Amino acid sequence: MNPQITPRNGTNVPSIDLRFFRNVILKALALFLVVNLLFALGDPSPLLGRISAYNHLFPGRRRLPYSDNPQQAYNLSLYNLDAMFASHELVSGPKPAGEYRVFLIGDSSTWGFLLPSDQTLAAYLNSAGYTLADGRKMRVYNLGYPEMSLTKDLLILSRAMRYDPDLIVWPVTLESFPYDKQLFPPILQHNPGPVRDLITRYQLHLNPDDPYLIRPSFWDRTILGERRDLADLVRLQLYGGMWAATGIDQYIPETYTPRQEDLSADLTFHNLQPPHLSSSDVAFDVLKAGVKMAGDTPVLIINEPIFISHGKNSDIRYNFYYPRWAYDDFRRLLAEESSTNGWNSLDLWDAVDNTEFTNSAVHLTPKGTAQFAHQVGQAVLQLAGTVK
Amino acid sequence: MTLVYILVLTVFALLAGWAAPRPWRGWLLLVGSIITIYWLQPLTPIRNLDFWLPTLSIALTAFVWAVTQAGKLTTQQLVKQGSFLTALVISAMILGIALTRYLGPLCCLTPTRPPELLKVLIALVILWLGVVVLNRLTGRRILASVAVLLIIGLFIIFKSDQLSQLASKGLRSISGQPASLASALDLQWLGFSYLAFRLLHVLRDYQTGKTMPSTLGEFVTYAIFFPSITAGPIDRSQHFIGELRKTTTPTETGSRFNQADLVQGSQRILWGAFKKIVLADGLALVALGQTNASQVKSTLWMWVLLYAYALRIYFDFSGYTDIAIGIGIFTGIKLPENFDRPYLKQNLTQFWNSWNMTLALWFRAYFFNPLTRALRSRPQKLPAWFIILVGQLSTMLLIGLWHGITWNFAAWGAWHGLGLFIHNRWSEWIRPRLAPMETRPRLSQALRAGGWLVTFNYVALGWVWFALPNISLALGVYRKLLGI
Repeated sequence: MNPQITPRNGTNVPSIDLRFFRNVILKALALFLVVNLLFALGDPSPLLGRISAYNHLFPGRRRLPYSDNPQQAYNLSLYNLDAMFASHELVSGPKPAGEYRVFLIGDSSTWGFLLPSDQTLAAYLNSAGYTLADGRKMRVYNLGYPEMSLTKDLLILSRAMRYDPDLIVWPVTLESFPYDKQLFPPILQHNPGPVRDLITRYQLHLNPDDPYLIRPSFWDRTILGERRDLADLVRLQLYGGMWAATGIDQYIPETYTPRQEDLSADLTFHNLQPPHLSSSDVAFDVLKAGVKMAGDTPVLIINEPIFISHGKNSDIRYNFYYPRWAYDDFRRLLAEESSTNGWNSLDLWDAVDNTEFTNSAVHLTPKGTAQFAHQVGQAVLQLAGTVK
Repeated sequence: MTLVYILVLTVFALLAGWAAPRPWRGWLLLVGSIITIYWLQPLTPIRNLDFWLPTLSIALTAFVWAVTQAGKLTTQQLVKQGSFLTALVISAMILGIALTRYLGPLCCLTPTRPPELLKVLIALVILWLGVVVLNRLTGRRILASVAVLLIIGLFIIFKSDQLSQLASKGLRSISGQPASLASALDLQWLGFSYLAFRLLHVLRDYQTGKTMPSTLGEFVTYAIFFPSITAGPIDRSQHFIGELRKTTTPTETGSRFNQADLVQGSQRILWGAFKKIVLADGLALVALGQTNASQVKSTLWMWVLLYAYALRIYFDFSGYTDIAIGIGIFTGIKLPENFDRPYLKQNLTQFWNSWNMTLALWFRAYFFNPLTRALRSRPQKLPAWFIILVGQLSTMLLIGLWHGITWNFAAWGAWHGLGLFIHNRWSEWIRPRLAPMETRPRLSQALRAGGWLVTFNYVALGWVWFALPNISLALGVYRKLLGI
């Protein structure tokens, strides 16, 4: 069937027919299928993640991207580890010769929940301007991420190790230890390959076939299946402009619900019952794996400060997270494991005033963070050498 | 408008414009337009208001038709031209949409459950009784003036935060909802800005004897035409109805439109969707806004945010226009262009001849020209510069207030009004001095580049008023832009 010539508006143009429509649709469909197939087979997400405007067009972020409120935080949560690291100031260039490089990993208190990026633990340590006896200047990088799971810390550490740290500081709290929390963070669920690698390589007491770990179908790996992740990559770059313009990477509300003072009389901790916690009940194996992964790089494990309630049922529980029996045992176990394994550890569980906690039993105010940073700084200097 | 809406409207337009026989197209476009104004109407917290507002759009349109058109025709002519049948179809559509109330969870056309059938029946009786009464009344020119005032009154209520809130309180009291929760945001009426200006244009043309006779179906389709109800353009009824008749009248070529239309329409829709969804929505993340205006640390970044806003608003608005024009082409109707590369113009007058062109033309035809004519014909001769100043300043103030009755929109209007006046005076002064320079191409080129640079930045700086909700925030941004 040949296109008909139809006069219209004084010009001769071919009229539309079904063949033309069919050809357009078939060609478009074929192109769409081929591009999606190639994308799914090639899996270019890591490569795409490494293409970043940060550290080139915009300054690198001071902490890993995370936000529940992107429009106001100029930041967003995504699961592409390459993109997350590519947006961080850590990868701005090769390690300077005179730098003593300290990585801070950990949960939301390390990341700095409800704190501007210049008032986090890492920021206070940097502003102290510590210099080692050999003249190297200490530079602390905030690699915390707001999820409570040691396995999540391990995953981030596994990426961070390629950037040549001189010391790793790992603030932890008991809430990151239970096995039922290990694979809960979405960032782990969406990175099943690297997580399975960690489980098998370090023989962690976790199931590599855990249903939490997403098994993407072929469809999920196509452009269509990954459209949200791809859009997030673009959004992360665009928010780089606002990060550069404002220095804001978190929406901090003027008011928030403060940490709980009056507590329930509940004695259980996750699925564990009193009277005693044993080291096999919680994920000390993940902690051990972290130290092993660090190799020759020293690791300083810190039991981070918690809020100690004086309200109702405070004789049973320290705070919303912890019954006293479990937390007391955890402190004992951490000390024992540190001694047995030769870990550098520091227990700062009560190092911060009760008034300096914000919306949870582990989130600190700027003043509380500064108190914590002072003690961490001293410990780091002891471990790293003598103050000049 | 989401991609799903665009897709659905595009497919419907293709069906109506390509697959349907020509005599059916008019009906399909009418039915599609009626469904669209209910479907796209935003959710309102006032009970059933998201059903009543689209119904009110239809009622206002029918009343204006009765005032401007029906009186010219006898009952027999009305029957012959199918206006009774149209009224029946419109009623059936409204009743059908109201009946979705009884579909329970299947209900999907209106944002919330439509009101009880009895209330809808009463409303329909009032609507058509109103049309009949308006058709029979004498003193039509006075009626037209009353209708103009009524539409302007409604426009002022819906564009003013204080009056909207007051109206919301009243409506909440009527619907038995707490008046204390009333907010200006309660009253979101899909496409009313465009509907009102189409109706005002018809009423003013009626008063000056320029109305084009049209059937009820043609008139309703013109007023609420589904591609252009959300963001324009504001077509003239004479042009639209002419296009509509061309596409609905059977011809030798039958129901097919040609390949060029399909290609052109598709290009406009795809390009419009790209501009809106990719460019505008992407730029929105870094564009100047209420929150970031006070957060930006440096002058350089403030300029970046301002330029991002300038580009974002252009891509957003012109993207919508491209989509509307593209879908219009699919239905066989060529809507007027609304943008013509405005940011490449070398002076502010050219900018306003290429930005939101149909709105600017509307104001030129129905406000600026009559006003300047009236000023020129005063017995006491006024200086030309004064007439231009008053004409341009007041026109641009009104264009500003068309977007919303706030001090900032007024300031934006005044900014452009003064800019146009200054450009007018500058042109008068420079024209004779430029003549000798025409022989020097480099200088002419430099002057053109300078004109573009000044115009673009003047327009961009004007967006500060437009983007922010209050004067003090806007002044703060200006201070930061100047590094003060």
